[in-house]
Amino acid sequence: MSVDTATVAKIASLARIKVTDQELEAMVPELNGILAWVEQLGEVDVTGVEPMTAVIPNTLRLRDDVIDADPLTGGGIRDKVLANAPAAEHGFFGVPKVIE
Amino acid sequence: MTDLTELGVAQIRDGVAKGDFTAVEVAEAFNANVAAAQDALNAFIVATPEKAVEAAKATDAKRAKGEALGGMGGVPIGMKDLFATVGVQTTAASHILEGFRPEYESTVSQKLWDAGAGMLGKLNLDQFAMGSSNETSYFGNVISPWRRNDGGNASLAPGGSSGGSSAAVSARLCPAATGTDTGGSIRQPAAFTGITGIKPTYGRCSRWGIVAFASSLDQAGPMARDTRDCAIMLEAMAGFDPKDSTSLDMPVPEWEANLSADMKGKKVGIPREYRMDGMDEDVLKSWDDGIAWLKDAGAEIVDISLPHTRYALPAYYIIAPAEASSNLARYDGVRYGLRDLPEGANLQDMYAATRAAGFGAEVKRRILIGTYVLSAGFYDAYYTQAQKVRTLISLDFKNAFESCDVILAPTAPSAAFALGENVDDPLKMYLNDVFAVPASLAGLPAMSVPAGLNREGLPLGLQVIGRAFDEQGVLNAGLAIEQRAGFVAKPEKWW
Repeated sequence: MSVDTATVAKIASLARIKVTDQELEAMVPELNGILAWVEQLGEVDVTGVEPMTAVIPNTLRLRDDVIDADPLTGGGIRDKVLANAPAAEHGFFGVPKVIE
Repeated sequence: MTDLTELGVAQIRDGVAKGDFTAVEVAEAFNANVAAAQDALNAFIVATPEKAVEAAKATDAKRAKGEALGGMGGVPIGMKDLFATVGVQTTAASHILEGFRPEYESTVSQKLWDAGAGMLGKLNLDQFAMGSSNETSYFGNVISPWRRNDGGNASLAPGGSSGGSSAAVSARLCPAATGTDTGGSIRQPAAFTGITGIKPTYGRCSRWGIVAFASSLDQAGPMARDTRDCAIMLEAMAGFDPKDSTSLDMPVPEWEANLSADMKGKKVGIPREYRMDGMDEDVLKSWDDGIAWLKDAGAEIVDISLPHTRYALPAYYIIAPAEASSNLARYDGVRYGLRDLPEGANLQDMYAATRAAGFGAEVKRRILIGTYVLSAGFYDAYYTQAQKVRTLISLDFKNAFESCDVILAPTAPSAAFALGENVDDPLKMYLNDVFAVPASLAGLPAMSVPAGLNREGLPLGLQVIGRAFDEQGVLNAGLAIEQRAGFVAKPEKWW
């Protein structure tokens, strides 16, 4: 499978990355080179093989059902959460107008 | 007085404990080296000399009071700029995180500080750990302290993605540094610069607070001058962390205390598929040397097969970008990091403009590949197929470990290359990790130990891969190689 300019433009839009026409032109052969190379995986007989889900067998844990059990990941740290925001006002993240 | 910057982790720890020198003296000596090398090597993105001295003072004060100094007491280290450090800029070498000052500390770095280590600074790396030469950093290339013996002064790659870490340790800017390894990012740079580095079993070190690249592969590990130093530092870094859902809930073994270079009764597997056509002769020779050294240490050498080896790299270049495209979706210009808001732009425009301005070319390439292989209609053909191949690669290792205890292979297909040499051809760059990626896909512990110099006078590394949880077996084989390789070469100072 190979991609054309329109497909790369679509992927870039899905990935929310703005690309110029010039960048698009450059990306098409690069991505096709990589995709042609990974295509060889199709040769592998995977009949009856399960896709890997966990590289080391492990069980998923539940944390204790306690509010703020870990102060680092608990609540009540609004100002810390907002500290690195490019725009924060009145205790909220600021974004451009979403509804006209 | 001895040059304190020639000392490794164990020597510093023991010397400070005995009172041969103070932790502050050590910190100041390394701070001076960091400052003097910055313009030439660009190994650090931010230097934090005051942090190093502050931690050293705390260690010296503890010693004066007769308190225990911790496993890394008095040892100043470099921190790869992928670990969140509270109040200190954490960028993943990207523009999109430039100026980001975390309000929290990564688990691994906190453990190191708790063990008495101090921070010399944040080390440069490939942007978001994506690269094998440290040429994708927004903050400029790291230059290897090594040069070829041809009298020229071509700038060489320190490897990647932990290229700041490898350059800094080999140039004596720090006795040890943290690295992270997703598909070879500790081992390949260690090999390129003549130092030692180990990626532990997936889950040994907490991923909490490490900027995520590919979560099912990312593992932190130490990079230092020798095996013992790696064992000491890994003990300080490892351990269960409830904040990481894939953290291993197991006690941390005493790797240092149990180091043994005696390989009697051990079987070392030599994977025949790693012997590839057109392989570098010097790399082949160092591999043969490694085999002879382990035999000399008492090991039995056995031929093994890892039949799916050639599919590891293509599988990796589906899985890692897929996870990266998902992980990097968080950089949207809203909560932290860069925001690019063109005049009159709406929210969607802002996302796209921010990400276009904030990510470098290689990062964009991988996000696009990842987005494509996860998109409707292609998911099964690419992603599911790659995850099935990953299962087969993992099974290959399981079968191989029925007949051997550790596996010996080269770390990288060549010695360090010149900067710019592979930068225009992503596929050629990816091939650097051909020997490193299989162990990553299987989550196994693997280390690189210096084996010698090639004809150009550049270091070559040997890789030891072990069973899951058997870091001890890996470190022991590494020590056996180290004792016989007698690698003492270091880059001649030109910076």
